[in-house]
Amino acid sequence: MGLIQLGRHEKDGAPDVITGTVEKAVNWARKGSLWPMTFGLACCAIEMIAAVSSRYDMDRFGAGVFRASPRQSDLMIVAGTVCRRMAPVIRKIYDQMPEPKYVIAMGSCATSGNIYDSYSVVQGVDRFVPVDIYVPGCPPTPEALFDGILKLQERIMQKRVFVAQPEQVKASLKV
Amino acid sequence: MNQLIQRLQETFSTGFVGAAEWRGDVAVTVTRDRLHEVAQFLHDDPGMDFDYIVHVSSVDWPDDEERFEVVWEFYSIRKRHRIRLKTRVPESDCVVDSLTDLWKGAEFMEREVYDMMGIRFRNHPDLRRILMPDDYTEGFPLRKDFPLRGKGWRDTFDFLDEVPR
Repeated sequence: MGLIQLGRHEKDGAPDVITGTVEKAVNWARKGSLWPMTFGLACCAIEMIAAVSSRYDMDRFGAGVFRASPRQSDLMIVAGTVCRRMAPVIRKIYDQMPEPKYVIAMGSCATSGNIYDSYSVVQGVDRFVPVDIYVPGCPPTPEALFDGILKLQERIMQKRVFVAQPEQVKASLKV
Repeated sequence: MNQLIQRLQETFSTGFVGAAEWRGDVAVTVTRDRLHEVAQFLHDDPGMDFDYIVHVSSVDWPDDEERFEVVWEFYSIRKRHRIRLKTRVPESDCVVDSLTDLWKGAEFMEREVYDMMGIRFRNHPDLRRILMPDDYTEGFPLRKDFPLRGKGWRDTFDFLDEVPR
């Protein structure tokens, strides 16, 4: 079952009508324009930059428009070691992003702290922001990051858009 | 023997503790009370002419009587030679003269030594923590008796409304 189905005109058979759910169209638009927030913290950022540049070209997946402002971005790629002093900054930027928003923890450090089991390194960015996709690697190759982004796109396609939020979710969103 | 060591030994008969040379690296240890004079000599003497400060660091020797060692490294851009200056500091009186009046670049590096090891610098213009937050209360992370994983600060997120998982 595809996203859209093409109808034909009854007289000449030319493409005429498309049918599909609005939900799928919205999700398709969302997954096709994932604008990431640049959040390079360490060496993973180099691989993230490589993923955007011409050899790998992340724009093929609609995720190449890196924004310097959280107000314009949908996806935060936390790439690198997260120190405790950086944690409130990451949380503030996450809070400033408009819904819907997604987080990818890129690399072992952002996922679990990696080998840096020290007094200053947060043991995983999921301690203070919700993470959608974890990309393993030290650092992950651009292909691994793409795999994470494609997995996230699959997940976005499964989301329900036009459903009423349960009351407790509404309360937690403080709207 | 190295000329730098020889001149320092002649100039400072008291205060000179020892010197070592290893693969071209010259390291001189002096007593704490003569440290600033020795540094002044290294900075001002035309034969020494150390005009560039490379680094300030510190070492913790927990079993020694004078527990801490502060290390300065200097380089002469004109004469192209370098020297390492060391002095020992006991834990009970953890103060040493600041060299920021001679080398302005020592300011941040001495702040880092204070932040990480807790050694205070006399006459430092702005002795505050530099890497850790100002209100950090767990102590000095680079000391050998400081637990590797800290004392819980890395896992406390006071900016969150709810308790982390």
